[in-house]
Amino acid sequence: MATIFDIPSSDSSAFPVPQYDIADIDALPDELLSSDDVLHDVAEIEVVRHYTSLSRTNYSVDTQMYPLGSCTMKYNPKLNERIAGCDGFAGIHPLAMQARAQGALALLWELSRSLAEITGMKEFSLAPAAGAHGELTGVMIIKKYFEEKRENRRVILIPDSAHGTNPASVAMCGFEVREIPSRSDGDVDIRALASMLDAHVAAMMLTNPNTLGLFDRNILEMAKLLHSKGALFYADGANLNAVMGKAKMRDMGFDLMHINLHKTFSTPHGGGGPGSGPVGVSDELAKYLPVPVVVKDSDGYRLDYNRPSSIGRMHSFYGNFLICVRAYAYLMRLGASGIRSTAETAVLNANYLRARLKDMYNCPVDRLCMHEFVLNDKGLPNGITTNDIAKRILDYGFHAPTVYFPLHVPGAIMIEPTETESKQTLDAFAETLISIRKECDENPELVHNAPHSTPVKKVDAVRAARKPALVWKK
Amino acid sequence: MDYTALSDSDREQMLNVIGVRSIDELFADIPEQIRLNAKLNLPEGLSDIEVENHLRILASKNVVLKSFLGAGIYRHYIPAVVDEIARRGEFFTAYTPYQPEVSQGTLTAIFEYQTMIARLTGLDIANASMYDGATATAESLLLALRGKECGNVVISETLHPHYREVVRTYMRAAGVEVRTCSMQEGKTDYARMASLIDSNTAAVAIQSPNFFGLIEDVSTCADIAHKENAKLVQVIAEPLSLGILKRPDALGADIACGEAQSFGNYVGFGGPLLGFIATKEEFVRKMPGRLVGKSVDEEGKEAYVLTLQTREQHIRRERATSNICSNEGLCALRAVIYLSLLGNNIRRLARLNHQLAAYLKHKLIKKGFVAPFAAPFFNEFVVCMHGIEKVCERLSGEGYELGFLLEPYYPSMRDCVLVCATEMNSPAEIDALIAALEGVM
Repeated sequence: MATIFDIPSSDSSAFPVPQYDIADIDALPDELLSSDDVLHDVAEIEVVRHYTSLSRTNYSVDTQMYPLGSCTMKYNPKLNERIAGCDGFAGIHPLAMQARAQGALALLWELSRSLAEITGMKEFSLAPAAGAHGELTGVMIIKKYFEEKRENRRVILIPDSAHGTNPASVAMCGFEVREIPSRSDGDVDIRALASMLDAHVAAMMLTNPNTLGLFDRNILEMAKLLHSKGALFYADGANLNAVMGKAKMRDMGFDLMHINLHKTFSTPHGGGGPGSGPVGVSDELAKYLPVPVVVKDSDGYRLDYNRPSSIGRMHSFYGNFLICVRAYAYLMRLGASGIRSTAETAVLNANYLRARLKDMYNCPVDRLCMHEFVLNDKGLPNGITTNDIAKRILDYGFHAPTVYFPLHVPGAIMIEPTETESKQTLDAFAETLISIRKECDENPELVHNAPHSTPVKKVDAVRAARKPALVWKK
Repeated sequence: MDYTALSDSDREQMLNVIGVRSIDELFADIPEQIRLNAKLNLPEGLSDIEVENHLRILASKNVVLKSFLGAGIYRHYIPAVVDEIARRGEFFTAYTPYQPEVSQGTLTAIFEYQTMIARLTGLDIANASMYDGATATAESLLLALRGKECGNVVISETLHPHYREVVRTYMRAAGVEVRTCSMQEGKTDYARMASLIDSNTAAVAIQSPNFFGLIEDVSTCADIAHKENAKLVQVIAEPLSLGILKRPDALGADIACGEAQSFGNYVGFGGPLLGFIATKEEFVRKMPGRLVGKSVDEEGKEAYVLTLQTREQHIRRERATSNICSNEGLCALRAVIYLSLLGNNIRRLARLNHQLAAYLKHKLIKKGFVAPFAAPFFNEFVVCMHGIEKVCERLSGEGYELGFLLEPYYPSMRDCVLVCATEMNSPAEIDALIAALEGVM
């Protein structure tokens, strides 16, 4: 791919700077100044053409189905972009007087109340900028809770099916990770949990529905077990899309959780971010939430910093506000019934695809699923692997599913269609996988050597890592 | 009103294929006693017209004034090209570029972004973004701590107060002591800093231009830190300053980090923002966050790919360099488009920002404000006046936001306000502010 630096530089600037007639007062002394020019000058039309042509090499939700498991790549409504672009939202400074930012504060407050209703949690903080940031916030809350109780608990239990961010967040807070195995039916091995649960365990983190797309049937027993030993139960809300409006996380026995607004609540992924990872907690944990918290009183909305037990500040300001605006617009459009029907359709779509594919590919757990399901490459002929299948899917104009995750299923192919895909698109995707399965028998080289029709062919990742070239050089 | 695309007959056919009679059967694994039978206690869904009207009314309750407020978030001109390109669905509805063959657009743009941040800081490499300036600072300190037995970090009191708070939150969780170095005349007290650093200090963080807009003696600080083998982290909250000021690398910084919102991103009530970290090549394997590297495809064509992923949580789990996964990719895209348009005019724009700030400061002093600090500044400065709070309040009634009152964060700085000027504040607007000031003083 050509970079912007490959375009010959021009004399004309694409960004003329106004020339004001003001005297140069207090000129900066020379010894403070740099003298070299390090950026690249190209004309405006070149910039537009370069980035437009780059964009056309991307797959995206706007251009094709993007069935990445655990990422909930649903349609991102355009209305929300227009609203987030309003000057009253995009142009308001975070340090503006609170009396002049009542709209922004009201929106944050309303959104956190809505999330509390959906999950059953008592209070939410919208400060975390991403799911992992929310987890980190949650684990800090767990740490603070036990510090105040003067209990020295240093272990957090995490199932083998968990996202990598769970153990990584735990480690950043100085806890020790202990992994709990899953059973062959996909649920957490509750006997193993019982045997690992001792006075050192501070909490367990669980994604429910889990990363196999299964609702853990022992959820209430798990919660009971943990609480009987004084431990907390943390929900990774990555898969909330499957259960919102159908069951509340608090009712499942979770004490705290995070939500990914960029998954469940349709805010765009932006090629990797920005996201937003609100943290919700039970009544008992509310005092530990990061500062500031938006509160409503008789004078209106304000930022409350007077929270002596708070873990402290987690973000430069109040989190990814413009992402919250989009999520709030989405929730208003959905409403109570739309939230529920969204979950139902997400689950229907996933089960439909699963039903169409489970006899064509190995399906490690044969159960009805929630919003996603996992296949793998076991038994594929001619040495065809998951990676081959993923790359071949790209040739058919679909994005690949999540692959090689969850880790406890070798060669996992994790498919999450989301509720926004039509039956026609689901059928086309199913036909694609069926057709590829035939190719595995009849023309394995075609699959091995995929992709064939993408903007670039298979990229050499080993070479990139062996001799990292991380900046452009002539 | 949901965004689904199925008809009733689709639903029926799909249930048949699955082999169940109703949607409810699909939820059978949820224990009965926690299944919600009643609807959520939320309003029913609205049409697009109603949603938009409601939210526009809410937006109008945020009063955007003619503003001289900075303090870590800067209102700069955003060329139309930035919005037009960044709103292309191919960019903003794509996921993390895990499949490089269909993500070259995102990967190439991020590679360019890394290059531009590295060049502006003078350092070797930059990552594909962090959440914001505060978390980028905390993560930079964690980077410096990585693989060491060190137990403390030193930060300056002139570092953005919110950044200091976030650093303390992160370090408390990590069990690392944070020592705060006091200031003198608006700049870090370097003698005091030397006394705070010991062989257990992993890193020193100093912001320049600092929270008060003043340009710190970063190289002095670097010398002090290096004497004890500590790393010097230069924090930059206003990266436009890099258009004119000496680069962190030339000043002896080992890591430069901070906030790049100034490059093409909206103030947006403080988010989303764009944290950056740049450092020397030798620390690349300790770097948090994603990195895009150059490689080739099977046919030898240049191609880009996420690289050195063994540092990251999805591979390394509890031994990862950070837990970060989602970053601020779209904000980084906006930044690279912005910098591509701006090019080397960044020097002119930076100079203009300084000139306007100096012009404004001069005018305020003429009106009786006192400038407590004499050191050179970039586009922000502190001035004081008795009863400043009242003055600011009255000015806001005239449609102006003068700046950020410092006393809540710096109790000794009574009657002091932090004022910023950018290219958005023309000399005519500055003159009008001064005229309005006459009316309220």
